Amino acid sequence: MTLIPQLIFALILAFGIGFFVRNVKKLSRNIKLGKEINRTDRPGERWRNMALIALGQQKMVVRPIAGLLHIIVYIGFVIINIEVLEIVIDGLFGTHRVFAFMGGLYDVLIGSFEILAFLVVVSVVIFWIRRNIIRLQRFIKPEMKGWPKNDANIILYFEVVLMFLFLLMNATDLQLQSLGAAHYTEAGAFPVSQYLLPLVDGMSQSALFLVERTAWWLHIVGILIFLNYLYYSKHLHILLAFPNTWFAKLQPKGQLDNLEAVTKEVQLMMDPNADPFAAPAEDEVEGEPGKFGASDVMDLNRVQLLNAYTCTECGRCTSECPANQTGKKLSPRKIMMDTRDRLEEVGKNIDANNGVFKEDGKQLLDDYITREELWACTSCNACVEACPVSIDPLSIIMDMRRYLVMEQSAAPVELNNMMSNIENNGAPWPFNQMDRLNWKDE
Amino acid sequence: MSETLKVPTMAEMMAAGKTPEVLFWVGCSGSFDDRAKKITKAFVRILNKAGVEFAVLGTEESCTGDPAKRAGNEFLFQMQAMTNIEVLNAYEVKKIVTACPHCFNTIKNEYPSLGGSYEVVHHTQFLKSLLDDGRLTIEGGKFKGKRITFHDPCYLGRANDVYEAPRELIKKLDAELVEMKNCRKKGLCCGAGGAQMFKEAEEGKKEVNIERTEQALDTKPDVVAAGCPFCNTMLTDGVKGKEKEGEVEVLDVAELIANAQDL
Repeated sequence: MTLIPQLIFALILAFGIGFFVRNVKKLSRNIKLGKEINRTDRPGERWRNMALIALGQQKMVVRPIAGLLHIIVYIGFVIINIEVLEIVIDGLFGTHRVFAFMGGLYDVLIGSFEILAFLVVVSVVIFWIRRNIIRLQRFIKPEMKGWPKNDANIILYFEVVLMFLFLLMNATDLQLQSLGAAHYTEAGAFPVSQYLLPLVDGMSQSALFLVERTAWWLHIVGILIFLNYLYYSKHLHILLAFPNTWFAKLQPKGQLDNLEAVTKEVQLMMDPNADPFAAPAEDEVEGEPGKFGASDVMDLNRVQLLNAYTCTECGRCTSECPANQTGKKLSPRKIMMDTRDRLEEVGKNIDANNGVFKEDGKQLLDDYITREELWACTSCNACVEACPVSIDPLSIIMDMRRYLVMEQSAAPVELNNMMSNIENNGAPWPFNQMDRLNWKDE
Repeated sequence: MSETLKVPTMAEMMAAGKTPEVLFWVGCSGSFDDRAKKITKAFVRILNKAGVEFAVLGTEESCTGDPAKRAGNEFLFQMQAMTNIEVLNAYEVKKIVTACPHCFNTIKNEYPSLGGSYEVVHHTQFLKSLLDDGRLTIEGGKFKGKRITFHDPCYLGRANDVYEAPRELIKKLDAELVEMKNCRKKGLCCGAGGAQMFKEAEEGKKEVNIERTEQALDTKPDVVAAGCPFCNTMLTDGVKGKEKEGEVEVLDVAELIANAQDL
């Protein structure tokens, strides 16, 4: 009889974690649709970046108000999760407050969880007000309509409800403790939930027990639901910020990669000893010729796809973008959101077709990201600098421009003029290369 | 105007059996754009005065390929890069200075993996090192006490983390260095990067250079200092657009130093 709750608990826990693992596998498969890229050099620097930027929230505090509130919620969630460990042990073994043996230390722990829970609620309320009442510019841009807006609010509601359940659970526990109920040994300090006592005052022991158990169950089930919500939400950043900062580009921001396939061709072109009539070597595998640049998510690299899943749509990139600030359609955040949406679409297509992608007549270019957005970028790196988790929207824009120019010859006409000038006279304007030193005598 | 600038080419240097201490990469803007040519000459006058043994490639120089690369044309970029690298390597160039942050970024960061590794410095860094070595003295002259605001070029600042060299030079002019709302890491683009210089902007409610010029004018400056020929053009246009060209000058850091000493 008494084993039934434990059994149910174990089942819920296994299902919650199992479903999460299933989605993590899907996420990893989707990211691996991207091209391989070597980002494991200089590991020392990578660990350092992860420690400072993801764990240390270094770039969050560039904007002090949002940064401070975020740190409270972040620390709150990390620390309060120690409590989840106790809940899991209690749930599996039918104990109650198994860590209570720690005595004074337990009081300190529970007391600080409560204070943090309270601060989290306050911060989340302020976040909600910033989003829905003050309506900060970056939260109401066109790409934030519909699901992205709801997603953001759902996360905030989730957090408030979880914290409230935690405090309610403690308040009833405290009341049961003071009534001397069986199992409810006196343990823990309750600096916040003691103020909730009026809510449960006068309740019978059995009613209190019911409320306490309900809060306890809803709290842990809520956490498992939240864990599984992540995959469908922008909130994945709480996990992916860590690998994302680790794999981020270490070179100077201004450095774009040089396409190796192009290097080979150009070298061959410039090699005076190359035989222009040479047939391909016999052992050369005739494959489909590679594509230059990116028109769909499979053409991007794995770090770019990880970037897309990591983006939590805070919009700092877009609010720093000179093109966006002056009313152009480009929004670096939308580039990341579109990339993820398309990647999800491709992933679902693969799921529906027994593991093979079935051509759907769509692609990232045009169906999600328009050319107008791509050509509005000044490559100034403001978005890259602004991202608190080291996402690089610029690299996707550049890869898509490469596709437009090298596969489609679809550059704006003025840029084509500029490029033919460079090709013909070594300068972006129609000046003669032989006149390059004329300034000296003018 | 006939002034005597000493501008030896690498070819002349080599013929005379000499090796310059640095190659001055003039860039397309510095070679052809009327406004930017003034920056080139100002920088050369300072080099001449400081007795720096430099050389230029002259007609052997060609576009680094930056605008082509940023427009998406990797082929054209690499063709330009490899041609330039062949020339630079043939002259055994070790150190390059340039007044264009786009050339600076491209040669410094994108040439090495194509076979061209050099020590590359921006002209403000080079001037700062001349100052530190005692080869150059900076006087305030007509800029003494003037309010000067510095616009961070994206390809010098965020792209390569060079923020202080130009500012330290400006401070040496005994001028009052004032910062814009967006500066250093948060500097706002002038609107010309990523090949935008060569095309009309997409539809929007404002031009980027106007937005930036407004930030600059908000500091009530006498001079808007730039360190990039493209930024210079964009800000000059912006100041004209705001009809402030009578009150506010847009000058390169090299011009500030040269003009202060009537070079």
